[in-house]
Amino acid sequence: MHKVGSYGFFIFLSIFTFFVIFLYGPIISIILLSFQGASGGLTFPLNGLSLHWFVELWKGSGLVDIGASFQRSIMLGIFVMVLTVLLSVTAGLAFRKPFFGSDLLFYTAIGSLIVPSIVLSLGIALEFRLIDNLIISLGEQFGIQSIIDNFQTSLGMYTSGFGAQLTWTLPFGLLIMFAIFNRFDKSLEEAARDLGANSFQTFWYVVLPIIAPSIVGIALFGFTLSYDELARSSQVMGATNTLPLDLRGLTTTVTTPIIYALGTITTSVSFLVIGISLTIVYLLRLRKSK
Amino acid sequence: MSTLKTKTFIFQPKLWWLAVPFASVFLAYFVVPLGLTIIVSFWDYTEYSIIPDFIFSNYSYIFEGCFSFEKGLCLTFKTYLSTFFFCFFTWAITLLLGFCVAYFLVFYVNSIPLQITLFLICTIPFWTSNVIRMVAWIPLLGRNGLVNDLLLSMGIVREPVEWLLYSNFSVILALVHLYTLFMIVPIFNSMLRIDKGVIEAAYDAGANQIQVITNVIIPLCKPGIIIGSIFVITVVMGDFLTIGIMGGQQLASVGKIINTEMNYLQLPGAAANSVILLVITILVIIMMTKLIDIRKEL
Repeated sequence: MHKVGSYGFFIFLSIFTFFVIFLYGPIISIILLSFQGASGGLTFPLNGLSLHWFVELWKGSGLVDIGASFQRSIMLGIFVMVLTVLLSVTAGLAFRKPFFGSDLLFYTAIGSLIVPSIVLSLGIALEFRLIDNLIISLGEQFGIQSIIDNFQTSLGMYTSGFGAQLTWTLPFGLLIMFAIFNRFDKSLEEAARDLGANSFQTFWYVVLPIIAPSIVGIALFGFTLSYDELARSSQVMGATNTLPLDLRGLTTTVTTPIIYALGTITTSVSFLVIGISLTIVYLLRLRKSK
Repeated sequence: MSTLKTKTFIFQPKLWWLAVPFASVFLAYFVVPLGLTIIVSFWDYTEYSIIPDFIFSNYSYIFEGCFSFEKGLCLTFKTYLSTFFFCFFTWAITLLLGFCVAYFLVFYVNSIPLQITLFLICTIPFWTSNVIRMVAWIPLLGRNGLVNDLLLSMGIVREPVEWLLYSNFSVILALVHLYTLFMIVPIFNSMLRIDKGVIEAAYDAGANQIQVITNVIIPLCKPGIIIGSIFVITVVMGDFLTIGIMGGQQLASVGKIINTEMNYLQLPGAAANSVILLVITILVIIMMTKLIDIRKEL
């Protein structure tokens, strides 16, 4: 009915091809431009080929400390990834049977995907600001000198920042768990139990290997979405900046290809993580099909 | 007897406990913050601090002059109008594009591995940096960019086109670029569930391809279309980054107002704007979810 080679096929093939070019064209152009010579500008044509802008980036060149924020973003990404996997998988298991408030929790998680990020970012910033006020007033009341002298803010990557990112990564994790458990063959678990396995053994030896590829998928979402997250993080990282926050600042100040070099590097990190994850998923599926 | 009891206990663990950590995250970082936003929107503030109170001045300030139309539209209405403008065009284009891409993947690509590969090609950019994906338009759309070079060399224009970058056009282009995937995934998912027999029956009954699309596929994809639309519309409603970066910090949006107020520490004002944005977003979602049950679609 939908014949390859028909009239319609070529129309939709060209739309698809156009879409892929539209999707990748811009990023390919900045990767090319980041390898320009020292006289290169922000647009084509390429002025020579060199690693000049990467060297400039490495030296710092008067930019904010990109290396440090890069490191912070990676660490935070790993932290959020681990939590996303643990919390999504445990919640996914819980959701297999309806429990008190399960519908409410599900719609809260979905609501979190849909609520405007700036609103949530403001809310979390307010929450921690009120916590600050509480800490300061307690410190004054009880005369705790270290608080009076040194306390700045409770906002930070590992207090407010990671939580803001989890509200974005966890719903994806839960949706992936729903997708897998909706198609899950329960007779496999029953068989394991009939053979005498306890709950933990059933999970560890039967359920986990089956859902493993999806868990890698959740990890991929957890890391990449945290590593690149900006909208929700924008108000809640406290004194430190993550890489996306610095990048946004650079879009208004930097007018050299150094920003493209940074783009090339951060995109390579993303591609590397995506590549590793997809390879693991592929290998796991290969093993399963044997 | 006692061993049997223990066994029963192991066999039927109270699994709801496993959702507690997950739920706590949403309590601490979603429910409480939104609650506080509503509360603080009624608070007073000075340059340095926010003061518990119950006043409506944050709201009345937002709607100042909005209900006397002598001087034209007030700032708030203008901002919402501009936000709706971005919403509408982004929604229309992502829907058309997303539908066509999903349609191609589901109904023309017959090999499953190829289908998965092509689907992943559409998905991969979602896992990379949004800011970089915006910056990446500069070499193409700038005054000396590739598009202008092309237009000049082909003699279509004599002067470089200025409105390609830092304009409504570039904002919508970037939004479409970033969020078409939010349409593709749910529509793709809905299309995969369509029984191929139904489509075959329609063709056998003499329908042509356009009739099949409009009378069979679109109605059966409605849930996917609605989920995708909710995602795209809500994400654009609250956007401040794309409109900020791609609009050259010149264009207005509700999200940007909130962001600016926060930078000046006018937190109760920002909270009041957030509450209004939230209410409008929820109204839009309610209108759309009236039509489907999201949970059945997974």
